[in-house]
Amino acid sequence: MSGRPKPETVQVIKKRRDGALNALVSGVPYINFLGIEFDRRGDELTAILPFSEKLIGNPIIKAIHGGATASFLEVTSIITLSWSYLWEDLESGALDVDKMDSEHMLRLPKTIDFTVDYLRSGLPRDAYARATINRSGRRYASVHVEAWQDNRAKLFAQATGHFLMPHSRG
Amino acid sequence: MSDKMRIAGQFIAALPFSEALNMSLEDLGDGVAVISMPYDSKLVGDPRTGVIHGGAVSALMDTCCGAAVMSHPSNAGGTATIDLRIEYLRAAKPGQKITARAECYHVTRSVAFVRATAQDEEDGSPVATATGSFVVEGKR
Repeated sequence: MSGRPKPETVQVIKKRRDGALNALVSGVPYINFLGIEFDRRGDELTAILPFSEKLIGNPIIKAIHGGATASFLEVTSIITLSWSYLWEDLESGALDVDKMDSEHMLRLPKTIDFTVDYLRSGLPRDAYARATINRSGRRYASVHVEAWQDNRAKLFAQATGHFLMPHSRG
Repeated sequence: MSDKMRIAGQFIAALPFSEALNMSLEDLGDGVAVISMPYDSKLVGDPRTGVIHGGAVSALMDTCCGAAVMSHPSNAGGTATIDLRIEYLRAAKPGQKITARAECYHVTRSVAFVRATAQDEEDGSPVATATGSFVVEGKR
Protein backbone atom coordinates (compact mmCIF):
# COMPACT_ATOMS: atom_id res chain seq x y z
CA MET A 1 0.00 0.00 0.00
CA SER A 2 1.36 3.37 -0.92
CA GLY A 3 0.78 6.37 1.37
CA ARG A 4 -0.90 8.42 -1.32
CA PRO A 5 -4.73 8.23 -1.16
CA LYS A 6 -6.52 7.11 -4.29
CA PRO A 7 -7.84 10.10 -6.29
CA GLU A 8 -11.62 10.47 -6.27
CA THR A 9 -13.46 9.35 -9.37
CA VAL A 10 -14.48 12.07 -11.82
CA GLN A 11 -18.16 11.31 -11.13
CA VAL A 12 -17.73 11.96 -7.40
CA ILE A 13 -15.90 15.24 -8.02
CA LYS A 14 -18.41 16.48 -10.60
CA LYS A 15 -21.37 15.53 -8.47
CA ARG A 16 -19.98 17.45 -5.51
CA ARG A 17 -19.03 20.58 -7.48
CA ASP A 18 -22.14 20.72 -9.67
CA GLY A 19 -24.33 19.97 -6.66
CA ALA A 20 -22.81 22.85 -4.70
CA LEU A 21 -23.14 25.27 -7.63
CA ASN A 22 -26.73 24.22 -8.20
CA ALA A 23 -27.58 24.66 -4.50
CA LEU A 24 -26.01 28.14 -4.52
CA VAL A 25 -27.78 29.32 -7.69
CA SER A 26 -31.18 27.69 -7.25
CA GLY A 27 -31.54 29.14 -3.76
CA VAL A 28 -31.85 32.70 -5.09
CA PRO A 29 -35.37 33.50 -6.36
CA TYR A 30 -34.30 36.50 -8.49
CA ILE A 31 -31.83 34.32 -10.46
CA ASN A 32 -34.63 31.88 -11.25
CA PHE A 33 -36.94 34.76 -12.18
CA LEU A 34 -34.41 36.07 -14.74
CA GLY A 35 -33.64 32.53 -15.98
CA ILE A 36 -29.87 32.87 -15.48
CA GLU A 37 -27.84 29.65 -15.69
CA PHE A 38 -24.20 28.92 -14.86
CA ASP A 39 -21.79 26.84 -16.87
CA ARG A 40 -18.78 25.46 -14.94
CA ARG A 41 -15.37 24.49 -16.32
CA GLY A 42 -13.24 23.53 -13.32
CA ASP A 43 -13.59 26.53 -11.03
CA GLU A 44 -14.38 28.96 -13.88
CA LEU A 45 -17.99 30.09 -14.21
CA THR A 46 -19.79 31.54 -17.22
CA ALA A 47 -23.24 32.99 -16.63
CA ILE A 48 -25.85 32.63 -19.37
CA LEU A 49 -28.92 34.84 -19.72
CA PRO A 50 -31.20 33.11 -22.24
CA PHE A 51 -33.20 35.71 -24.17
CA SER A 52 -36.84 36.05 -23.21
CA GLU A 53 -39.51 38.59 -24.15
CA LYS A 54 -39.86 39.84 -20.58
CA LEU A 55 -36.26 41.16 -20.64
CA ILE A 56 -37.06 43.74 -23.34
CA GLY A 57 -36.67 47.41 -22.51
CA ASN A 58 -37.01 48.91 -25.97
CA PRO A 59 -39.87 47.19 -27.87
CA ILE A 60 -39.02 48.93 -31.16
CA ILE A 61 -35.55 47.43 -31.52
CA LYS A 62 -36.24 44.58 -29.04
CA ALA A 63 -33.23 45.61 -26.97
CA ILE A 64 -32.63 44.09 -23.54
CA HIS A 65 -33.60 46.48 -20.70
CA GLY A 66 -30.63 48.24 -19.06
CA GLY A 67 -31.98 47.04 -15.72
CA ALA A 68 -31.98 43.42 -16.92
CA THR A 69 -28.37 43.85 -18.06
CA ALA A 70 -27.38 45.42 -14.72
CA SER A 71 -29.12 42.57 -12.87
CA PHE A 72 -27.34 39.96 -14.99
CA LEU A 73 -23.94 41.55 -14.27
CA GLU A 74 -24.62 41.84 -10.54
CA VAL A 75 -25.88 38.26 -10.26
CA THR A 76 -22.76 37.03 -12.09
CA SER A 77 -20.50 39.03 -9.73
CA ILE A 78 -22.18 37.77 -6.54
CA ILE A 79 -22.27 34.12 -7.62
CA THR A 80 -18.66 34.17 -8.87
CA LEU A 81 -17.52 35.74 -5.60
CA SER A 82 -19.52 33.29 -3.46
CA TRP A 83 -18.30 30.40 -5.58
CA SER A 84 -14.65 31.40 -5.02
CA TYR A 85 -14.88 30.98 -1.25
CA LEU A 86 -17.34 28.10 -1.43
CA TRP A 87 -14.84 26.27 -3.64
CA GLU A 88 -12.14 26.33 -0.94
CA ASP A 89 -14.48 24.94 1.73
CA LEU A 90 -15.86 22.39 -0.69
CA GLU A 91 -12.49 21.04 -1.76
CA SER A 92 -11.09 20.98 1.78
CA GLY A 93 -14.12 19.04 2.97
CA ALA A 94 -15.19 21.81 5.39
CA LEU A 95 -18.53 22.09 3.57
CA ASP A 96 -20.97 19.27 2.95
CA VAL A 97 -23.10 19.74 -0.18
CA ASP A 98 -25.97 17.73 1.28
CA LYS A 99 -26.33 20.32 4.03
CA MET A 100 -26.68 23.25 1.58
CA ASP A 101 -30.45 23.54 1.78
CA SER A 102 -32.54 26.67 2.27
CA GLU A 103 -31.98 26.65 6.04
CA HIS A 104 -28.21 26.28 5.76
CA MET A 105 -27.76 28.61 2.81
CA LEU A 106 -24.40 30.18 2.39
CA ARG A 107 -24.18 33.80 3.51
CA LEU A 108 -23.97 35.89 0.35
CA PRO A 109 -21.79 38.99 -0.08
CA LYS A 110 -23.66 42.32 -0.01
CA THR A 111 -23.26 44.86 -2.79
CA ILE A 112 -21.75 48.16 -1.64
CA ASP A 113 -21.76 49.85 -5.04
CA PHE A 114 -22.06 48.79 -8.66
CA THR A 115 -21.16 50.79 -11.77
CA VAL A 116 -22.39 49.63 -15.16
CA ASP A 117 -20.89 50.75 -18.45
CA TYR A 118 -23.34 50.21 -21.32
CA LEU A 119 -21.27 49.73 -24.46
CA ARG A 120 -23.88 48.62 -27.04
CA SER A 121 -27.56 47.80 -26.89
CA GLY A 122 -28.36 44.26 -25.80
CA LEU A 123 -29.74 42.36 -28.80
CA PRO A 124 -32.67 39.91 -28.60
CA ARG A 125 -30.50 36.82 -28.14
CA ASP A 126 -28.65 35.00 -25.35
CA ALA A 127 -26.02 36.88 -23.34
CA TYR A 128 -22.97 35.58 -21.49
CA ALA A 129 -20.90 37.02 -18.65
CA ARG A 130 -17.77 36.25 -16.69
CA ALA A 131 -16.56 38.00 -13.56
CA THR A 132 -12.99 38.49 -12.31
CA ILE A 133 -12.22 39.04 -8.65
CA ASN A 134 -9.56 41.75 -8.60
CA ARG A 135 -9.33 41.98 -4.83
CA SER A 136 -10.71 39.64 -2.24
CA GLY A 137 -9.92 40.77 1.28
CA ARG A 138 -11.38 39.89 4.64
CA ARG A 139 -13.75 42.89 4.65
CA TYR A 140 -14.57 43.58 1.03
CA ALA A 141 -13.96 42.46 -2.54
CA SER A 142 -13.63 44.31 -5.83
CA VAL A 143 -15.10 42.52 -8.85
CA HIS A 144 -15.07 43.30 -12.56
CA VAL A 145 -17.58 41.65 -14.88
CA GLU A 146 -17.91 41.56 -18.67
CA ALA A 147 -20.91 40.59 -20.78
CA TRP A 148 -21.12 39.76 -24.47
CA GLN A 149 -23.50 38.17 -26.94
CA ASP A 150 -22.28 36.83 -30.30
CA ASN A 151 -18.66 37.79 -30.07
CA ARG A 152 -16.51 37.43 -26.93
CA ALA A 153 -14.32 40.38 -27.93
CA LYS A 154 -17.30 42.73 -28.45
CA LEU A 155 -18.68 43.42 -24.98
CA PHE A 156 -22.16 44.93 -24.77
CA ALA A 157 -21.75 45.85 -21.09
CA GLN A 158 -19.20 45.72 -18.32
CA ALA A 159 -19.31 46.66 -14.64
CA THR A 160 -17.22 47.05 -11.53
CA GLY A 161 -18.61 46.51 -8.07
CA HIS A 162 -17.56 46.41 -4.44
CA PHE A 163 -18.97 43.80 -2.11
CA LEU A 164 -19.01 43.39 1.65
CA MET A 165 -17.88 39.90 2.58
CA PRO A 166 -20.15 37.88 4.88
CA HIS A 167 -18.96 37.71 8.53
CA SER A 168 -18.87 33.97 8.90
CA ARG A 169 -18.27 31.78 5.92
CA GLY A 170 -20.07 28.50 5.40
CA MET B 1 -49.68 65.01 -14.79
CA SER B 2 -50.66 66.13 -18.29
CA ASP B 3 -52.20 63.69 -20.78
CA LYS B 4 -48.99 63.61 -22.75
CA MET B 5 -47.08 62.66 -19.61
CA ARG B 6 -49.69 60.09 -18.68
CA ILE B 7 -49.27 58.41 -22.06
CA ALA B 8 -45.47 58.52 -21.68
CA GLY B 9 -45.85 57.01 -18.24
CA GLN B 10 -48.05 54.20 -19.48
CA PHE B 11 -45.49 53.50 -22.18
CA ILE B 12 -42.65 53.29 -19.62
CA ALA B 13 -44.59 51.04 -17.24
CA ALA B 14 -45.58 48.83 -20.18
CA LEU B 15 -41.99 48.04 -21.19
CA PRO B 16 -41.86 44.26 -20.82
CA PHE B 17 -39.10 44.23 -18.19
CA SER B 18 -40.61 47.08 -16.14
CA GLU B 19 -43.96 45.30 -16.32
CA ALA B 20 -42.39 41.99 -15.22
CA LEU B 21 -41.14 43.81 -12.12
CA ASN B 22 -44.59 45.42 -11.59
CA MET B 23 -43.25 48.97 -11.74
CA SER B 24 -45.77 51.79 -11.76
CA LEU B 25 -45.34 55.44 -12.59
CA GLU B 26 -46.25 57.74 -9.68
CA ASP B 27 -45.24 61.11 -11.13
CA LEU B 28 -43.54 62.49 -14.23
CA GLY B 29 -42.67 65.86 -15.73
CA ASP B 30 -39.92 68.27 -16.76
CA GLY B 31 -37.04 65.94 -16.17
CA VAL B 32 -38.27 64.37 -12.93
CA ALA B 33 -39.78 60.89 -12.53
CA VAL B 34 -41.12 58.87 -9.59
CA ILE B 35 -41.60 55.12 -10.09
CA SER B 36 -42.48 52.47 -7.51
CA MET B 37 -41.96 48.70 -7.38
CA PRO B 38 -43.91 46.51 -4.92
CA TYR B 39 -42.21 43.81 -2.84
CA ASP B 40 -42.36 40.43 -4.54
CA SER B 41 -40.86 37.14 -3.32
CA LYS B 42 -39.61 36.38 -6.85
CA LEU B 43 -37.27 39.39 -6.62
CA VAL B 44 -35.51 38.15 -3.48
CA GLY B 45 -31.73 38.07 -3.73
CA ASP B 46 -30.85 36.66 -0.32
CA PRO B 47 -33.10 33.79 0.76
CA ARG B 48 -31.80 33.99 4.35
CA THR B 49 -33.13 37.50 4.85
CA GLY B 50 -35.83 37.94 2.17
CA VAL B 51 -34.17 41.16 0.99
CA ILE B 52 -34.79 42.18 -2.64
CA HIS B 53 -31.84 41.62 -5.01
CA GLY B 54 -29.70 44.67 -5.79
CA GLY B 55 -30.23 43.99 -9.48
CA ALA B 56 -33.97 44.62 -9.12
CA VAL B 57 -33.24 47.94 -7.39
CA SER B 58 -30.82 48.76 -10.25
CA ALA B 59 -33.58 47.99 -12.75
CA LEU B 60 -35.95 50.34 -10.91
CA MET B 61 -33.28 53.08 -10.81
CA ASP B 62 -32.45 52.65 -14.51
CA THR B 63 -36.11 52.80 -15.53
CA CYS B 64 -36.75 55.83 -13.33
CA CYS B 65 -33.68 57.71 -14.63
CA GLY B 66 -34.62 56.87 -18.23
CA ALA B 67 -38.17 58.11 -17.65
CA ALA B 68 -36.82 61.38 -16.20
CA VAL B 69 -34.68 61.88 -19.33
CA MET B 70 -37.62 61.14 -21.65
CA SER B 71 -39.77 63.65 -19.81
CA HIS B 72 -37.18 66.44 -20.13
CA PRO B 73 -38.36 69.20 -22.53
CA SER B 74 -35.09 69.23 -24.48
CA ASN B 75 -35.21 65.50 -25.27
CA ALA B 76 -37.15 64.73 -28.46
CA GLY B 77 -37.48 60.99 -28.21
CA GLY B 78 -36.21 57.98 -26.37
CA THR B 79 -33.00 57.47 -24.44
CA ALA B 80 -30.38 54.86 -23.62
CA THR B 81 -28.19 54.42 -20.55
CA ILE B 82 -24.51 55.25 -21.06
CA ASP B 83 -23.40 54.66 -17.46
CA LEU B 84 -25.15 54.04 -14.17
CA ARG B 85 -23.65 53.81 -10.70
CA ILE B 86 -25.68 52.57 -7.74
CA GLU B 87 -24.76 52.83 -4.08
CA TYR B 88 -26.58 50.42 -1.80
CA LEU B 89 -26.88 52.31 1.48
CA ARG B 90 -28.89 49.75 3.43
CA ALA B 91 -31.04 46.67 2.86
CA ALA B 92 -34.63 47.43 1.86
CA LYS B 93 -37.14 46.12 4.45
CA PRO B 94 -38.65 42.83 3.24
CA GLY B 95 -42.34 43.28 2.39
CA GLN B 96 -42.08 46.98 1.64
CA LYS B 97 -42.59 48.82 -1.65
CA ILE B 98 -39.55 50.63 -3.06
CA THR B 99 -40.02 54.06 -4.63
CA ALA B 100 -37.39 55.77 -6.77
CA ARG B 101 -37.23 59.46 -7.64
CA ALA B 102 -34.93 60.60 -10.45
CA GLU B 103 -34.09 64.06 -11.72
CA CYS B 104 -32.01 65.37 -14.61
CA TYR B 105 -29.67 67.85 -12.96
CA HIS B 106 -27.93 68.87 -16.15
CA VAL B 107 -28.85 68.29 -19.80
CA THR B 108 -26.67 69.08 -22.80
CA ARG B 109 -27.49 68.58 -26.50
CA SER B 110 -26.30 64.98 -26.33
CA VAL B 111 -26.12 63.87 -22.68
CA ALA B 112 -28.40 64.02 -19.65
CA PHE B 113 -26.86 63.76 -16.17
CA VAL B 114 -29.27 62.14 -13.75
CA ARG B 115 -29.41 61.57 -9.98
CA ALA B 116 -31.82 59.25 -8.21
CA THR B 117 -32.67 58.00 -4.73
CA ALA B 118 -34.77 55.01 -3.70
CA GLN B 119 -36.72 54.62 -0.46
CA ASP B 120 -38.78 51.87 1.12
CA GLU B 121 -41.82 52.61 3.30
CA GLU B 122 -39.69 53.59 6.31
CA ASP B 123 -39.38 57.34 6.53
CA GLY B 124 -35.96 58.81 6.45
CA SER B 125 -32.80 57.31 5.07
CA PRO B 126 -32.76 56.15 1.45
CA VAL B 127 -32.12 52.52 0.51
CA ALA B 128 -29.96 53.38 -2.49
CA THR B 129 -28.70 56.32 -4.53
CA ALA B 130 -27.74 56.41 -8.20
CA THR B 131 -26.00 58.68 -10.66
CA GLY B 132 -25.99 58.13 -14.38
CA SER B 133 -25.45 59.60 -17.80
CA PHE B 134 -28.01 59.02 -20.53
CA VAL B 135 -28.24 59.65 -24.28
CA VAL B 136 -30.31 62.68 -25.34
CA GLU B 137 -31.96 62.29 -28.72
CA GLY B 138 -31.89 65.42 -30.88
CA LYS B 139 -34.91 67.21 -32.29
CA ARG B 140 -36.15 65.67 -35.49
